[in-house]
Amino acid sequence: MTAKPTMIEFRDVQKYYGDYHALRGINASIRAGEFFSLLGPSGCGKTTLLRTIAGFEDISAGAVLIDGKDAALIPANKRPTNMVFQSYAIFPHLTVEENVGFGLRRARLDKAEMGRRVGDALAMVGLTGFGKRAAHALSGGQRQRVALARALILKPKVLLLDEPLSALDKKMREQMQVELIKLQRQVGITFVLVTHDQEEALVMSDRIAVMFEGRIVQLDDPVTLYRRPKTRQVADFIGTMNFLPATLLSDTTDGCEVEVAGLGRCRIAPDQAPPGGNGQDTTVGFRPETLTILFDGQAAAARETPGTVEEVVYYGDMTYYDVKLDGVASAVRLSMRNVPGRPVLDIGTRARVAWSPDALVLFR
Amino acid sequence: MTSGGVLRRTGRSEAATGLAMISPTATYAILLLAAPLALIFIVSFLTDGYLEIIRTFTFANYIEAWTNELYRVVMVRSLLVALSVTAVTVLLAFPVAYFVSFHVDPSRKSLWLFLITIPFWTSYLIRVFLWKVILGYNGVVNSSLLGLGIISEPLQWINYNVGAVVVTLAHAYAPFAILPIFVALEKIDRSLLEAGQDLGESRVMTFLRVTLPLAMPGVVAAVLIVFIPIIGDFVTPQLVGGPEGRMVANLIQLQYLKLDNYPLGSAIAVSAMAIVTLVSLLFLYLNRRYLRGPGS
Amino acid sequence: MRGGWFKVYALVYLVFLYAPIILLPMFAFNDATVIAFPLSGFSTKWFAALVDDPLLRDAVRNSLIIAVTTAILSTTLAVFAARASTRYRFPGKAGLMGLIMLPLVLPEIIVAVSLLSILLMAGIELSILTVILGHVLICTPFCIAILSSAFQSLDRSLEEAAYDLGETPFSTFRLIILPLVMPGIISSLLISFTISLDEFIIAFFLAGTQATLPVYILSQFRFPQAVPAIMALGTILVCLSILLLGIAEFFRRRGLARSGAKDTGGFL
Repeated sequence: MTAKPTMIEFRDVQKYYGDYHALRGINASIRAGEFFSLLGPSGCGKTTLLRTIAGFEDISAGAVLIDGKDAALIPANKRPTNMVFQSYAIFPHLTVEENVGFGLRRARLDKAEMGRRVGDALAMVGLTGFGKRAAHALSGGQRQRVALARALILKPKVLLLDEPLSALDKKMREQMQVELIKLQRQVGITFVLVTHDQEEALVMSDRIAVMFEGRIVQLDDPVTLYRRPKTRQVADFIGTMNFLPATLLSDTTDGCEVEVAGLGRCRIAPDQAPPGGNGQDTTVGFRPETLTILFDGQAAAARETPGTVEEVVYYGDMTYYDVKLDGVASAVRLSMRNVPGRPVLDIGTRARVAWSPDALVLFR
Repeated sequence: MTSGGVLRRTGRSEAATGLAMISPTATYAILLLAAPLALIFIVSFLTDGYLEIIRTFTFANYIEAWTNELYRVVMVRSLLVALSVTAVTVLLAFPVAYFVSFHVDPSRKSLWLFLITIPFWTSYLIRVFLWKVILGYNGVVNSSLLGLGIISEPLQWINYNVGAVVVTLAHAYAPFAILPIFVALEKIDRSLLEAGQDLGESRVMTFLRVTLPLAMPGVVAAVLIVFIPIIGDFVTPQLVGGPEGRMVANLIQLQYLKLDNYPLGSAIAVSAMAIVTLVSLLFLYLNRRYLRGPGS
Repeated sequence: MRGGWFKVYALVYLVFLYAPIILLPMFAFNDATVIAFPLSGFSTKWFAALVDDPLLRDAVRNSLIIAVTTAILSTTLAVFAARASTRYRFPGKAGLMGLIMLPLVLPEIIVAVSLLSILLMAGIELSILTVILGHVLICTPFCIAILSSAFQSLDRSLEEAAYDLGETPFSTFRLIILPLVMPGIISSLLISFTISLDEFIIAFFLAGTQATLPVYILSQFRFPQAVPAIMALGTILVCLSILLLGIAEFFRRRGLARSGAKDTGGFL
């Protein structure tokens, strides 16, 4: 997955709605053939950014390039992009077939060719045989598939997906996530997905741009994003993270030396300690699954701290514990897989908690 | 302009597109509504000459309209009729709107509304005339009551007077009162009513403390949409009102079509509109006070 | 039973609403000149009398011309206004829409005399044309009310989807917007036709010598011997409006069903 050509490029894209500054200097490139996600809370500008690619939003300054061409010169109906709308926008007065074939009208194909292409598109999304159905007689999942087929039939260079799964229930959503990944591999074109669901973004994307307040704050692959979030805001938005205050003692090219309240002194590798800031007061973060409770009879770990269980949340496959570590001001959350023979602890139990400096991320 | 241009421009010149689109309708309303209304306002300050209007500014028309006993009586009567019709219409309509909104199965609500609106759309003049037949001296009501032996001679208080006008107008404006109240009642989240009862209020108190305040915007709309046009009705007074039932619209008609005195007619029309507007504003003010509640 | 008394009341209220309409055919088919009970016998002679009345024929012709023209013009104007007000934000929108919708609450006599004044001042002779001008003014707000709900229930992304798939703004309007609001347009045409056909005050002031149907009806009330025929005419008109309204309601509901919107009921 290296050195793929650029499909979409944002060059210092700015967007104002009156006084409201919706996009504040977006610079990013989306590579050809990748599954790219714009992730952020509502109102962060992710949908606006997607719509600048489609041509539904003008930009106030900067440039959007699609396949090397300035998009400002191409009207929305001539761009090599197609969109799956959040509401699906299935034309309610047309049949499934007429919806899917809508974009082919201008191509003036003969009937047989038209039928063949619509059939192929329907087969691709698993709706063979649904062609004659009325649009309003479809379920949510079926509408979504029709919207996909309709957008893909024109063989766009880029498929834009605006929160396409948000209207589906949990089971259906998880199923469609997998299907979308497969579909993207099958057609091989660039997918740009807008979502506010971090799990969805992690599951589906090759790369994710996390947006807050009109800016991209981090652009990375899912693993990097999860393991090494650049800011506390990103860390908090993606998954759960514990934060503890820490004092920065030394900062060299081969890592940082910090004194973490309650945990003591430890060293953090350079790639877990992004540069920035200049004070001594910093924060370290760590994911719940990087902490482990040691049960009786288990060997001592290199680093362990005793604590008291304050809260227990049982999830079936996992149990979450809030543990007040001795000498640490606030409780930390940790998660344990429920394997056979492992007990679920009660509130008030004393426990030994093992942790590793390798899992710490430094925020300044 | 390229074909996609319209869409690409929407952000920048949405205002221009919107204005361009509304301009035919707006122009029509400005030329044939705003300008004529401004004109009668101006004419009301001019002097009536024989067969023409003399362009000298005067308050004489207003002085005449407000001091002449004849006009004053009719104006006061119009106001009282309009107020009582409004009160009767809205009070009669509220339980119907409440019934349709709260007690009718959702799938049958449209049918009820359709049934309520149908009489409204059917020949207004003939409906008014039939009320005359129903309420008249030898009318349906009197002959039935006589026939059943309930009364020994025809009732006179129901025909050719203000009462008959009130009944007829309450009938004519019924859907105007029911629909806004219905819409407001429909918007009320049903769980609010359950919350009211859950918090210990009786059904009646829940109605008074929750339903009624929330339905108030609909009631206000109903009151205004009934009260304002009634001032302008002149067929009903003419047909069922008798000589004592004449209203301000009849005066305006008289000045315009019979006496050809446009300035005075305009002055009466403007005065009537001013009174209606004042009463409406007063009503809106009182309503706002009511909704703010006695506590604050 | 909860709601029981309300139901009784609502039914009594319906009787009140329908009282005149129930009486209408009774007198129309009654073999007597006097409009009173008891009824004397069945007859269709009043319907026959309508056929030979040349004044009535003129009035019907005038009213039909006015109503058809009014329906088309006011629906066209309403399409512009409803689309503009539901889709775009622009300065002065509230004011302009307020002015356009004003005839809904303005007493008709005010509309009538103000139009009369300006037409006479402009030296325009009164005719069915001037009635049309007035009727378009008062019908447009009703049409806008109907069409606004049709345009409002249009998901904006439907338009965007059509552009996205290569259509132009014009072809999008033709292929997507128009078919979806068509039920609204039809019910707007029918409602404005019905209003115009039944409107009296403006027609009375602005028709000059060309009487419309309601103007003719009022003039006939002066002659007691003409009234039974008017009852017959009224019966026909009632049936006609119920038919038109039924069709309008059918299209309104179909429009809602198509766009998947919730039925909030009513024309207003």
